[in-house]
Amino acid sequence: MSEMFRDKIVIDLTVNGEAVQARVPAGQHAVDFLRQELGLTGAHASCEHGVCGACTIRIDGEAVRGCLTLAAQLDGSDIWTVEGLSDTDAIRDLQQAFIARNALQCGFCTPGMLMAVEELLSKGGVPDRAVIREHLSGNYCRCTGYEAIVDAVESVARARADEVTS
Amino acid sequence: MKASVGGYARATDLQHAITLLEAADGMARVLAGGQSLVAAMNMRLSTGDLLVDISRLSELRGVTDEGDTIRIGALTRHVDVEGNALVRDHAPLLADAVKVIAHAAIRNRGTIGGALALADPAAEFPACVLALGATLHVMGSDGERTIAVEDFFQGLFETELEPEEILTAISIPKAEMGERQVLQEVTRRSGDYALAGLCLVKRQGGHRVTMLSVGEQPELATDAMAKLDDGDIEGAIVSLRAEIDPPSDTKASAKYRRHIAGVLLRRAVDQVTGDAR
Ligand SMILES: Cc1cc2nc3c(=O)[nH]c(=O)nc-3n(C[C@H](O)[C@H](O)[C@H](O)COP(=O)(O)OP(=O)(O)OC[C@H]3O[C@@H](n4cnc5c(N)ncnc54)[C@H](O)[C@@H]3O)c2cc1C
Repeated sequence: MSEMFRDKIVIDLTVNGEAVQARVPAGQHAVDFLRQELGLTGAHASCEHGVCGACTIRIDGEAVRGCLTLAAQLDGSDIWTVEGLSDTDAIRDLQQAFIARNALQCGFCTPGMLMAVEELLSKGGVPDRAVIREHLSGNYCRCTGYEAIVDAVESVARARADEVTS
Repeated sequence: MKASVGGYARATDLQHAITLLEAADGMARVLAGGQSLVAAMNMRLSTGDLLVDISRLSELRGVTDEGDTIRIGALTRHVDVEGNALVRDHAPLLADAVKVIAHAAIRNRGTIGGALALADPAAEFPACVLALGATLHVMGSDGERTIAVEDFFQGLFETELEPEEILTAISIPKAEMGERQVLQEVTRRSGDYALAGLCLVKRQGGHRVTMLSVGEQPELATDAMAKLDDGDIEGAIVSLRAEIDPPSDTKASAKYRRHIAGVLLRRAVDQVTGDAR
């Protein structure tokens, strides 16, 4: 029976636009794979039970928990982390707004926060503050009190919407 | 902490998944969205499992119109339940429930089948499908069988599912003309499990009331339902508080939960009558 189950699984995927092949332990979660095998330490492993949001990454276009997804499940997936979105300048405006609005202090939650925000902003329009708060309810920040983060998100949503209309 | 897993296999179709479950000799664990299971494994609440990953089985995903019912595949994710037009039209309770289940990133992966198979008494979907009178479709090595929702939940995190069976779909009767379905709950923070929650379905045949987070499993509040059928709202509130047996824990006392149960029923009735106007 046990030959039907593997303790090491081969996966083929793309990470930040590059093809990756790896052999991963059955129980390894995605964020540990990214951090330890690929050296992508932007997503943080923190609570490891889905509560804090620091490990948020993008899988096939959606923000998900890196600690509640097994690396073995990533076969065939398209993964983006904060490193990839930074290198391609996709979130430069958002990062600038976080700095300008003091939306981070220690920075531990920021990579996960950016991934969650970008998912919301990618839907377009200017979400109202309650919607922004609701969308970020799964991302803990222990420094800012959230108000500055909501300010930053709102300002970027407005700026992007203006760009679309002008 | 880090998960300790005995092994992993990715099922290629439903039959393959059943074969894997049987081969694992009682050590198998179905992996769907992983939003509860991987958390439990990371906390070492479950170790050495042989994981049968069913998440790629597209035949278990999506919602279909079956005439008098809609059929929701077990792997339909929370986010897709919320956005589905058939669900919104015929079982709006489920679409409303998704808004208060966890956070966006978890709703992107968690599945309705996983939530029902887990049978967490604090989860929304189990109470909702009981209130709606659903039928569950299950596949095992002996073929398919169906289970009425009234028989499905068997206590704290326990269901009628055998270890070698897979929940494949849930059938929900379509809402009648004029049927009302509402969910009310009290939560300290957006996305948290509710301190208590209540589903109210009002049909021609009568009212159906279920609660979450007030016992070991969702149950029909039959005394309160009978009072509502008689138009006795105050009596229903008294009956509801008497027929539930909520726990006391770090989040709320039994007394407080019993109090809010009545408050939630009143809010639900107000919402139903308010909407009707
Ligand atoms: C931070 C956080 C907050 C949450 N808040 C809420 C909340 O407020 N309300 C709520 O309802 N839920 C909440 N959840 C739980 C979430 O909804 C889960 O997604 C859901 O309970 C499980 O679905 P899954 O597909 O991820 O299942 P998995 O985690 O993959 O599996 C759960 C269990 O069900 C079994 N299983 C799964 N699918 C099947 C199947 N088809 N047949 C047989 N067995 C199966 C597995 O073996 C396992 O035992 C929360 C989760 C987290 C991490």
